[in-house]
Amino acid sequence: MERVLRTPLDEDAVRALRVGDAVMLDGVVWGIRDATLMRIFDQGQPPPADLRGGALLHVAPNVRRSSAVPSGYVPTTVGTTTSMRMDRFTEGLLRDYGVRAIIGKGGLSDASSAALARYGGVYLAIVGGAASVETEQVEAIEHVYWEDLMPECLWQFRVRAFGPLTVAMDAAGASMYRDVAARARQRLADVYAKLGLSDES
Amino acid sequence: MTEVTMDAREYDALFEDLGLRLYLDAQIDIPPDVREGLRGALARETNLVARGIFHTILKAIDVSDRTHTLVCQDTGIPIFWITIGRGVVVDGARMLAALRRGVERATVETPIRSSIVSPIERENRQTSSGEGIPVFHVEFSQEIDHIDILMMPKGSGSESMSFLKMLLPADGINGIKKFVLDTCVGAAGRPCPPTIIGVGIGGSSDVCVTLAKKATLRPVGERHPDPKIAALEVELLEAINSTGIGPMGLGGDTTALDLHVETAWTHITLNPVAVNMQCWRGERRRARVYAGGRVEVGY
Repeated sequence: MERVLRTPLDEDAVRALRVGDAVMLDGVVWGIRDATLMRIFDQGQPPPADLRGGALLHVAPNVRRSSAVPSGYVPTTVGTTTSMRMDRFTEGLLRDYGVRAIIGKGGLSDASSAALARYGGVYLAIVGGAASVETEQVEAIEHVYWEDLMPECLWQFRVRAFGPLTVAMDAAGASMYRDVAARARQRLADVYAKLGLSDES
Repeated sequence: MTEVTMDAREYDALFEDLGLRLYLDAQIDIPPDVREGLRGALARETNLVARGIFHTILKAIDVSDRTHTLVCQDTGIPIFWITIGRGVVVDGARMLAALRRGVERATVETPIRSSIVSPIERENRQTSSGEGIPVFHVEFSQEIDHIDILMMPKGSGSESMSFLKMLLPADGINGIKKFVLDTCVGAAGRPCPPTIIGVGIGGSSDVCVTLAKKATLRPVGERHPDPKIAALEVELLEAINSTGIGPMGLGGDTTALDLHVETAWTHITLNPVAVNMQCWRGERRRARVYAGGRVEVGY
């Protein structure tokens, strides 16, 4: 059964999570992507909102304008993009801005895995491509910061039962991606032997 | 033979409407063979995390059936595979222009994200089109007496995992097998597995890559008619699934829903192999346009 976590996340709760755990999030999820992170780290502009204890989502947003809501935007299809493109920003987010969870697909590098362990953070894997499910779990777009970067703004999403998300990299330094890759390489050697494929040719 | 003429003005509206509907519907309604493949994979799956992922995947398909919204936010590269049957006379340039307008209208009027940019300036016209996009593959066939239009929106997560290798004849079939297996293990969770893997063998480099992509369009569970190639498909599929990469690369029994091979003859000095992957949604939509403007829509 999934554990429901409320944002902001505290360090102890995050450090208690282990790879393979399933979690759901209630509260706020911050949508970020390439341009948002480049502004923070490459152009040195601190984020215009407090991200301490925050859960960030590597987001691919499709929204439409609406005068019926305070933020001026409603979600049409909110999905998740590949995390590895934004890998190099992980440590800074944890160290400088107190982020506790990064939600994405495909995983992050071993360097990011070490940063998650050092600062007490987790990587939560979402199901890539299942954006229709994700969109239904976004109750509202509460605020849009840095609108000039549209659609790569800083999005404040109000979410309910967001997930299920799999703890794929934990604060103890474990990574399911690393384990699965190692096992796949090992099994590939068995397959080579079985199919009579030598390693040389 | 009756000649079927489709160059009249009313066909502009017909093809434009098809361009719009096929591009949108492909992103909303997942093909029945893919659904069956996913359900079968869930039934066989022993890994708990993977089982959870399959449940979310099947839920996403249900949500889109109910809400008529896109399953994934990636609207992809619009690609059309068109086969013109015997006796069909059509103003091809007009047909392609109309299909393109349909894609543009689908993007602007729905609206959905335009995922297409110019390659260097990265300009986005917000229409899902640009120079060379949509992609049109046009061929001719004596086997059918209509126009067959197969539409695939190709997402970038899986399209990034596209590979070609011009092997040597001495590398043989074993070299081909190793390339396919190494490529799939290297791609791991990036193409949003469980994938449909397309393998092209032979041809010139461009033909080889095109065959690999076309192979991803064959329905899940359908084997190549040549028993030797069918056996190769089964062998490679089982080998890939035995690596345990699993859905989303988090471990599990099904890494690929299916693997299809398409071949062409090649040069005496060449042994080309290409791999293309399609994500778990296996998006595709088909229309058959018959004489008199009758249209059948399917997968």
